[in-house]
Parts: sequence; structure tokens; C-alpha cells
Amino acid sequence: MAATGVGGAGRSSLSPGRLQPRAMVRPAVIVGLLALVLFAIPALVSLYYVDAGTQVAIYAIVALGLNVLVGRVGLVSLGQAAVLAMGAWVAARLLFATSLPFEVVLLISGLITMVLGGLVGLPALRMSGMYLALITLMLAGAITVALATINFPNGGHGFSGYNGSLLHLPAIRRPGIAQSDTAFYRYSVVFAALAFVLVLAHVRSRPGRAWAAIRQSESAALAAGINTTMYKMWAFALASFVTGVAGALLAGADQFLYSINFQTQDSITILAVVLMGGIFSVWGAIVAALLMQLLPALLNSWGVSSDWLLILFGVGVLQVLTTAPAGLVDQVPRDIRRLGRALRRLGGGGRAPATVDTSASSGDASATPDAAREDSEAATVAAPDSERAGGSS
Amino acid sequence: MIEVSDLTVRFGGVTPLDAMSVKFEQGTCGLIGPNGAGKTTFFNVLSGFVKPASGQVTAFGEDLLKMAHFRRARWGVRRTFQTEQAIEELSVYDNVALAHEHSKAPSSSRREDVLGAISFVGLEADPQAQVGTLGARDRRLVEVARAVVGKPRVVLLDEPAAGLPDEETAHLGDVIKRIPEHSDAIVILVDHDMSLVSSCCSVTAVLDFGRLIASGQTADVLRDENVVRAYLGTQALDE
Repeated sequence: MAATGVGGAGRSSLSPGRLQPRAMVRPAVIVGLLALVLFAIPALVSLYYVDAGTQVAIYAIVALGLNVLVGRVGLVSLGQAAVLAMGAWVAARLLFATSLPFEVVLLISGLITMVLGGLVGLPALRMSGMYLALITLMLAGAITVALATINFPNGGHGFSGYNGSLLHLPAIRRPGIAQSDTAFYRYSVVFAALAFVLVLAHVRSRPGRAWAAIRQSESAALAAGINTTMYKMWAFALASFVTGVAGALLAGADQFLYSINFQTQDSITILAVVLMGGIFSVWGAIVAALLMQLLPALLNSWGVSSDWLLILFGVGVLQVLTTAPAGLVDQVPRDIRRLGRALRRLGGGGRAPATVDTSASSGDASATPDAAREDSEAATVAAPDSERAGGSS
Repeated sequence: MIEVSDLTVRFGGVTPLDAMSVKFEQGTCGLIGPNGAGKTTFFNVLSGFVKPASGQVTAFGEDLLKMAHFRRARWGVRRTFQTEQAIEELSVYDNVALAHEHSKAPSSSRREDVLGAISFVGLEADPQAQVGTLGARDRRLVEVARAVVGKPRVVLLDEPAAGLPDEETAHLGDVIKRIPEHSDAIVILVDHDMSLVSSCCSVTAVLDFGRLIASGQTADVLRDENVVRAYLGTQALDE
């Protein structure tokens, strides 16, 4: 399920023989969607939403990093906004101080953030659960304070590159091929796609298997010869790397960076949306980014304060933890399928039992996150089975 | 050969293993004892999860206690757990490949070795099936396959038959008996099912309150007065 992700449950099994062509359909759909996002959206929507789209692409990368930590390895970090700030800070400094190509700056920012973020992850080797969350939150707070004190580089001289005058601030430069907002939107989407490819390559190979083992049982992982310390560090390094790249993109997108843009509480919001999006599939990260960046943009354009979102996210997390531990990315397609089946049944189809089974297995509520995770696995596991039963009858 | 001498483990005021000395020569060896006798603690010492207060464990001439836990698995100490620990979200194949790709076995033979281990344990499930979809017996077999894939030298089985119905226990017993010839490993079997232990193990050691109270041919050990008393004594306490 880890590797097959969202589609896992739905795709399975109306007829096993059709698996082969379906394996090709999936990448084709992804490429099609990517083309749609790259070309159709900027042509259809206003610049306001294109800018929101850039933020969605960037925060999808941030959410992806946390998705790996929480969903793959089971490490809860509340320091991701600080890691993002570090990436942006490093990138801004490099963009002002050097004439390196933007792509090289992205890479270097990712690598430097990987080292710094790895340090944030060090406590993870000894701690887990609430303690790890608390420690990373504290570290994030410390980093935020440090960055606010030394100021973000805004084009001035010196190490921190701070320019005291609030007028005539130089903008952070963008890559030559992506000067306009629309071009930078496409640029960000492409790098977000690359980040997903990088993470998927990890999740579907040796580190992904090791992470799955660690998440379920550290002793089982050790007994299989897995160096759990190294793989946890690896997860933090990967998450920090992609978050660093996202920070660099953010520097290019916003062009003016202020430490006020990176609040410690953003880390909590990121965790909340990542949980809501779904942590058992990397695609949940896209849902998370839409929740975090597109929703506020929509609300603002409708003249509603986006502060309401905090309440909405609170309710949303509660909803996800109690009824859909695999997140919206799993729940929405499942509910749509269930609705479809219900409609077909109304139309006279004979597949009632399957529907009943599926809803029974997914409807179990459970209050604690740990139990919820097990439930989710049970639920995602049960769904294809009952569908198979339905399909063959 | 595994040689254990004067192995003592202390948790605060409790001494789950008290100067245990025993040799496991070859083949499948039993390790039995009432609940709380220290069997699982002994396995945890061998796997590196518990650090003994004193004592030595050498396996095939290597000082096991000096190795980091995950390195012991790579060197060849494999185990199954009392509560089965097959990784639910991975496929059968990936579960077994997991141990192989972190062992010293060459990656060129991985596919062959993994499928070999899966068929060795008699698992008929699709290797690509997700383990979370399997029943209790098949998950157990996945765990056993993970323990025997590649080149294990020591295979520790912690109550593998717990919760399985009789005919499945019989199948598991056949598999356990064949492990030494399949991979040249020494197998140590902990179980409360005496018919499983006596059918699989030619020799058996008995622990009671952390002490070794008997060891030798399984049939003799099961008739040993001390052993009978240890089991009946515990029963009497329970009632």
C-alpha cells in the first residue's frame, strides 16, 4: 500500500487481468495532469491564482518532506517551517552574493539545508512521538528567533546582507527563463514534480522498505539487519533537502523575504494539513498544499478572513483522525466510489454486499492516532478485498 | 556452535537470566520453560536488544555481544517474534527481501533466494500480495521466511506456533525441522507446545526463573524431575 499509494485501493481489482494496461495508464494520467497544471491553468485563471499556484507547488514540496517523516517513518517533526526558512535564507544569501545559476542555488540550498535539518533531526535518533515533536518545535522556535535577530538578507552588504532602509530594497533574482510570475509558476511546478520523483524513488526502493519496517516495529527492523539510526537520519536528510529546495523556490517566488513570514506556528499548520491530506500516500502532500495555500487565497478573494482556516483545520484534523486516518486523498475517492456504487445499486445493480462491507470496514472510528493508523491499514486493506468479492460475484 | 557462559541479565531488582551456561551444538534445539523463565530475554540478548550484566556468548567463534544489534542480523542472527512482526504494508516479497538486502548475501541472487525462502516455508500466497491482507498462518510463514532467507547462522524462533491451530502447527513443525539443512543454521525454538518441541528438537534446554535447570536429549529432559516440577509448580501457583 505504501508504494501503490492512493490508487491502491481503488485500482485493484475489479478484474486482476487488467492490471498490466492499468500500470501504464497511471503514469499517462500523471503526465496528462502535469501538462494540464503547467499549461492550462495559467491560461485559464488570473495572475492572483497563478501566484497561489506557485505557493501550492512550493508547499507541496514542504508537505512532501513531512509526509515522508510522519507517514513513511513515523517521526513527527514540528520544525518544518524553520527548515523551510533556513532553505530560503541560504538561497537568498547565495542569490545576492553570487551569480550562480538559479538551479545550482536550488541544489546547494537543498544540500546545506539537508545538513542543518539533519541536526534538527538528531534528537529523532533517541526520541519519538510527543518528545520528538516537542524538541523539534523548540528547535524551530529557536531557529525562527535566530533568523529574526540576524535578519533575513534583503540585498545589503555583509554576512546577513541586511539593508536597513525599507525603501529601495533589491528583489531576489529569479532564473533567466522564469522572470514572470507565470513562468516562475511553471518553474516551481517542474521542481515540485522532480521532488516527487525523488521521494517516490526512495519510497519504492530500499529506503522505503526499511522505513516501512521501522514504522511498524523498530525491533523487527533491527532483527532484519536494518541500521535504523542511519535510515532515520536518511529520512530527515531527504525531508530537509526537499524542504531546502522549496525554501529556495520560495525566495524566488516572493522576491522579498522577511523573518515574519516564517512563524513557528506554521510548522503546526503544516503538520495539520499533512495529516488531513493523508500521510500514507505521497499524493496527500498535494492535497495538503492545496489546503494550506489555495484555500486562503480563495477565502481572501471572497473577502473572508483566512484566520477561519485555523478553526477549519482543527476540525479537519479531528475528522481525519477519527474517520479517515489515511486522509482526504484516500477518503474522497473512496466516498465517491461508494456514492457511485450506491447510485448503481439504486439503478438495479446486484452488488450490495460489497458496498456494505466497505463502509463497515472504513467507518470504524478511533480516537488515538496510533490506533487510527492501524485502523487505516485495516481499512485500506479491507477495501480491495471486499471489492474483489463484489467483483467476482 | 553457540556457547553461552555465565550469562546474567538484571532489570533493576529482577534477574531474568541468572548465570546461564549452555551450548547449542547444531540442528534444531529446543528452549523451554514456564512463563517468565527468561527465554525471550535470552533471545533479546542474542539479538542485541538487551545488554547482559555479565557473561559471554560466542557463536561460531565470534563474540556476539561485541557486535551492534543490526550487525548481528547481517552477520546471521535472525529471529521471529512472539507477537508476529511481518511488515503489514509491504508485500510478501518485500518482507523477505528486506532481510536479504541487509545481509551479506549477494544481491545478484536476491530474487532467487527470496522466492526460494518463500517456497521453502510453503507459502502459497502471491509474493506480491500485501502482508496486511494475509491470515495469521501466512504472516507467521512470512516471518519465518524472512528469518531463513540468505545465509542465516542462528535462527531464533520465539513461540512461532502461538495461536495457530493444530494442523498449521504441524506444517510449521515440518518447516522448522528442515531449516538446518536448508541453511546450515542452528535453530533455537522456544515454544510451549511440547509436541512441537519434541517433534522438532533432538536436544532441549530448560530454563526456570532465569536458571538452566536441565539440558540434553529432548525425551530425557521432558521426563526430568526438575522440569516436571517447574511446570507443575507454576501451574499450582497459577491456580
